[in-house]
Amino acid sequence: MTRIPNSTRRDFLGRGVLAVAVLAALPAGAQTGNQAVALVRATVDEVLATVNSGRPPAQMYPAFQSIFNRRADIDAMARAALGPTARQLGAQDFAAFRQAMSGYVARKYGKRFQEFLGGRIEVGAARQLKSFWSVDSTAYLRGQTPTRVEWHVSDRSGQVRFFNLIIEGVSMLASEREEIAAMLARRRGDVRALIADLQRAG
Amino acid sequence: MRAFPIVLFLGLAGCASAPPGEIADPFEPMNRQVHGFNKSLDAAVLRPVSQALAGVGQPAEGPGAMEMVGNFGSNLALPGKVVNSLLQGRPEPASHNMFRFLVNSTLGIGGLFDLATEDFNLPEVDTGFAETLHVWGFPAGAYLELPVLGPSTQRDLVGTVVDVLLLDSMGNVVHRDVARAGLAARLLSKAGDRGQFGSTVDSVLHESADSYAQMRLLYIQRRQYEMKEQGEVIDPYSE
Repeated sequence: MTRIPNSTRRDFLGRGVLAVAVLAALPAGAQTGNQAVALVRATVDEVLATVNSGRPPAQMYPAFQSIFNRRADIDAMARAALGPTARQLGAQDFAAFRQAMSGYVARKYGKRFQEFLGGRIEVGAARQLKSFWSVDSTAYLRGQTPTRVEWHVSDRSGQVRFFNLIIEGVSMLASEREEIAAMLARRRGDVRALIADLQRAG
Repeated sequence: MRAFPIVLFLGLAGCASAPPGEIADPFEPMNRQVHGFNKSLDAAVLRPVSQALAGVGQPAEGPGAMEMVGNFGSNLALPGKVVNSLLQGRPEPASHNMFRFLVNSTLGIGGLFDLATEDFNLPEVDTGFAETLHVWGFPAGAYLELPVLGPSTQRDLVGTVVDVLLLDSMGNVVHRDVARAGLAARLLSKAGDRGQFGSTVDSVLHESADSYAQMRLLYIQRRQYEMKEQGEVIDPYSE
C-alpha cells in the first residue's frame, strides 16, 4: 500500500484550493477592473458636461455634489479624512460630518473645475493596487501641460465607487485628512464645531 | 568650489529618517517661522508682481515674453541635467536632453523658443543632483522651508546648491554673462509660475487651515512622484 505523505497531501490540497480560488477570482477581478474604468469614464463625462453647460459657477456646485454623491464612496472618504476620530463618533454625528464634507468637497474642487472648460480627459487602463483598482487618466487643459490623474476605485461598499484622486502624485484624501485635522485642532477637537466650519468652507 | 564638500557634509550628516509615508520634520518650529515670512512675502510682493507679469507681452499667438524668459533659462539648465542623468547611469534621458539643448540653442535662437517640444515632441526630462543623490541611495532627510525659495529637504537643498555650481561651471561652455543671465531668467520665470499656478498657490497658501502642513505634504508627495518613489497609499478598506 502506498501512502501519500501527509505533508505532500496537504501541499497538493492547498495548491488545488489556491488554484480554484485564483480561477474563481480572475474573471471577477477583470470584471471589476472594467467596471472601474467605466465608472471613471461616466464621472468624467458628467463633470465635463456640467462644466461646459455654461451655467454660472454657483449653480454648478449642486450638480457637482450630485455627481459626487452618486459616483464616490463618501462614507469611506469621510472615515479616512477624519481618521481615528471617526470611530468615536455616534451615527448621527458621523452622518452630519459626511454630509458637510460632501458639500465642502463639491465647492472646493468645483471651483477648480472651471479650468476644465474646453479641455478633455483621456481615461486609460485599470491596475490592481492593494485592495482596490487604480484607473489612469490624463487631463489635457487649454494652455497647460497634460496632467496625470489616477482614480482609486473600490467595490467594497457594495457598489463600484471612487474614493481618492491622485493628481500628479498628490493625494486628495491625504490633503483633506491634513486639512480636516488642522480644522479640528483649531476647534480643540470639537467635531460639531468642525461640521459647522465645513458647511461654510470650500 | 571649496565650500562644496562642507555643504554636502552639513546637508547629509544629520539626515533624519522617518517611517514611509511620514515626514521627518525635526526643524518644525524654525520652518514655521520661515513659512510665516514666506507667506507675507508672497502676499506683499510675489502675488501682485506675478499677477502683473502674467499678461505682459502676451501676443495673440505663439509664446509670450514670460514663456521666452522661461525657455531661455531652462535651456541653459539642460547641460547640468545631462551631467546628472549620466551620474545616475541613465544614458537615455541624457541624450534626450542633449538633443533638446542642441536643437533649441540653434533652431530655437539661443533657447528662446522650445522647438524640441513643439516640433520634435521631445519634452524636457527634469532631473537634478537631488535625484542623483536619491539614485545613489541617500534618503530625503529632514523637511526644510527655506526663506524665499520655499519647501525643500536636506537632500534637495544639497542638490540645488550643486546644480547651481554645475550651472555656474557652464561659464566654461558658454560666456559667463550668458550663464548668469540664464540663472536670472530661471528666477524670473519662477515668479511667472506663481502667476500661472496662482489659484493653486492661493488656495494652499492663503485659504487652508494650516498652510504650513499643506505645503509640506504637497511638496513631499510631488517630490516622491517625480523621483518615482513609493509614497503612502491610503486604503480605507484595509481595516
